[in-house]
Amino acid sequence: MRASRITPVVLLVVTVLVGVSACSSGSSGSASATKTVTLVSHDSFAVSKPVLRAFTRETGWKVRVLKNGDAGAALNQVILTKDAPLGDAFFGVDNTFLSRALDANVFARYHAKGTDAIPSALRLDPTDHATTIDFGDVCVNVDKKWASSTFQVLPKTLEDLADPKYRNLLVVENPATSSPGLAFVAATVAHFGDKWLDYWDRLRANGVKVVDGWEQAYNGEFSGAAGSKGTRPFVVSYASSPPAEVYFADPQPSVAPTVSLDATCFRQVEFAGVLRGAAHPEGARKLIDFMLTQRFQRDMPLTMFVDPAIPNTPLPAVFQKFATVPADPFTLSPSEIGRHRASWIKDWTAHVLR
Amino acid sequence: MSAGLRRGAGGAVLVALPLAFLGLFFVWPVVAIMARGLFSHGSLDLGPVGDAFRDPALRHVAWFTVWQATLSTIATLAVALPATAVLSRFRFAGRGLVIAGLTMPFVLPTVVVATAFRGLGIDGSLTAILLAHAFFNVAVVVRVVGAAWVGLDPRAEDAARTLGAGPVRTFTAVTLPALRPAIAAAASIVFLFCFTSFGVILILGGPRFATLETEIYRATAQLLDLRTAAALSVIQLLAVAIVLLVAGRAAGRSRRVSRHGDTGRTIAGVREWAVAVLAMAPAAALVGWPLLGLVRRSFAHGAAGYSNLTTTPVGASGSGLHALGTSVEIAIVAATLATGLGLALATAITRPTRTRGRPRFFTRLTESLAVLPLGVSAVTVGFGFLIVFDTPPFDLRTSWWIIPIAHALVALPFVVRATVPTLRSVDPHQREAAALLGAPPARVWREIDARVAARAAVVAAGFAFAISLGEFGATLFIVRPETTTAPVAIFRFLSRPGATNVDQAMALATLLACVTGIVALAGERLMPRRRTV
Repeated sequence: MRASRITPVVLLVVTVLVGVSACSSGSSGSASATKTVTLVSHDSFAVSKPVLRAFTRETGWKVRVLKNGDAGAALNQVILTKDAPLGDAFFGVDNTFLSRALDANVFARYHAKGTDAIPSALRLDPTDHATTIDFGDVCVNVDKKWASSTFQVLPKTLEDLADPKYRNLLVVENPATSSPGLAFVAATVAHFGDKWLDYWDRLRANGVKVVDGWEQAYNGEFSGAAGSKGTRPFVVSYASSPPAEVYFADPQPSVAPTVSLDATCFRQVEFAGVLRGAAHPEGARKLIDFMLTQRFQRDMPLTMFVDPAIPNTPLPAVFQKFATVPADPFTLSPSEIGRHRASWIKDWTAHVLR
Repeated sequence: MSAGLRRGAGGAVLVALPLAFLGLFFVWPVVAIMARGLFSHGSLDLGPVGDAFRDPALRHVAWFTVWQATLSTIATLAVALPATAVLSRFRFAGRGLVIAGLTMPFVLPTVVVATAFRGLGIDGSLTAILLAHAFFNVAVVVRVVGAAWVGLDPRAEDAARTLGAGPVRTFTAVTLPALRPAIAAAASIVFLFCFTSFGVILILGGPRFATLETEIYRATAQLLDLRTAAALSVIQLLAVAIVLLVAGRAAGRSRRVSRHGDTGRTIAGVREWAVAVLAMAPAAALVGWPLLGLVRRSFAHGAAGYSNLTTTPVGASGSGLHALGTSVEIAIVAATLATGLGLALATAITRPTRTRGRPRFFTRLTESLAVLPLGVSAVTVGFGFLIVFDTPPFDLRTSWWIIPIAHALVALPFVVRATVPTLRSVDPHQREAAALLGAPPARVWREIDARVAARAAVVAAGFAFAISLGEFGATLFIVRPETTTAPVAIFRFLSRPGATNVDQAMALATLLACVTGIVALAGERLMPRRRTV
């Protein structure tokens, strides 16, 4: 009896609470005059404001960006919500996770304007669901201070890293939790084939240190990072880290404090696509097209520290001076990575951590 | 007659509102995401849970989770209790500052303080995990136990001393039993924080250590293996249920202690000063060292880190300072929500009932349910949110409110846990006397319960605020351009190479700690002082 008098009150309060929130979410979308397209991405996504404004000016679409954790978590959220997508387009699945996105069928088919200019080596989805936007290379970086203070010769190859003269110098990321960590494991698989675990046994014997994410590896353990208290002069990072070290230093030095080793690189290719079931598919398609225009492509190096997929895009000065694009990086097909990813991580964990 | 009816109705609202909140924003999403993993082809399949139990590796993970959380709780109590004694028994200049300082770690991202612990050369060890957990949780004990200790009537201790008991015996026979419910409450909160801790395990423990929390994260966020994640979540829930049961027993029957508001006195004599300093030293060193390291690092390039916080980094939706403002805004809403709902629930749980027996089971269940959000993985709740709130008008996924709601969910257990022991200690005779003198129930609550609970409520609200300020695990999944909080901004600074990014991260972390300290200090000022009940 008493409860029945109470229930309406509770319902009212809950309704008001939810109503308020629904209004505040709705106002950003439908109430505004311009149409808004929602881009779902990972935490590293970044674009300059003027570039986004140019897109709005040219197409009439505003862009709202939702960043949902790291690359793996963001993709998994897109897959989990595919019946009621969080947004209209998704940016940020790379070749190590592409097969998962394609198998889950999250993207609608779209042949973006500009796709034909992308080199075939980077166009990894012939079915036109995922559009290549950029690439980057995961490479071992070396602290030059270490080399000059110890009069050591820099290592060159993956084999060198297992050489006892470079004992206790390398720090890598756990492939189970880190995207560069997984890419580096892929590099060793691509190079050593069936013998890749033997190589990791040798690295382990040579004192490789494993940490969970790039932040700890680079800012915490690597001695070459600015202001770092780290003690390890070799780290798995990106080919774009040396120019970033220069760009984010104040004042900027004339030489990069670190160097990436070209013979240790694995190529990561990053894709975007129109989400199936998007509320604004045409806005999403326009946005994907825009990502392949020169304005967006030339903005990427200094916002996301990746290389533009469209050849001959002008690069900023720090990239021209301090970044190297390895001529012959290691690669594996997305489907091969998709088939073996779980077992690689399991075997790697058993060999290196346990 | 009408008073009785009103009282019943009021009680129902007190319970129903928080329970509706928990049901809607916690139980539903968690059950939904677990069901995705456990239902296959329309029928419940508990096979994965059985498999997980039989898997020796996972059994080891579960065991280590409980083990490290137990040790961490003991370590935290060992460091924090002596400090709590000094801070609750004595008044001295700078006492408020010390309390504020001890509260600061609570909001700091692990990545930011990891450097200080790494400097000790113990990273990658269980010791590093225990020390870091103690660092983060000292404040929980100091505040929760302190709130009870300060109100303890010193006359009981005086009586024991007069009867010839030494200081040790007085403490074990009089003080400790009176504090038992508060210590059990603090210990269970610390345990649950450590049980579901993520950053400390990954960053200071390193990849060699795995807990249920880290494995659930990997299964959900990295591998999209919802079966394993659900199985692990079932085990996590079972473990938490057992812990709450044990903690409930350990708390024992709460004693009726008459309260004297603030009973602190000044420190007298060199000997007392020496004892006080010695008792404070471990906590002060453990918390002070990493904090000083952080401040020093934030000034690595002069004030550049701070001045850059006013500019918006490329690709970000606002400056570092803007993120700090957003954090404060969200924390105010979350703390209000959590304190309101938590106090309502705590009052309902501790309401005197005429019929004995009947409500015991229900109140226990409610109390446990209220604490559960601390024992469930942030990623489980976060991903659960995404799949249940996906249809308008319930599409909260992109709403501003989702973050304060998630934060309130994490803070609610704390509010309930911190206020229930205090409210329980109210002598029912006082309420009866007031009622007999003609006071309506609301007035009885205001004059008796509210006064006793005021200190605990201020502490709880302050902590809810700090929890929201520092929350990161769940926030990262549901953060929106307008709701970029300070911890998320710090994380984003640190995910890029270069000095200016690191400087800004450290500066923002320092400011975040300062805001927390200031709020804690203000809370101390707000504390009700001398009063006789």
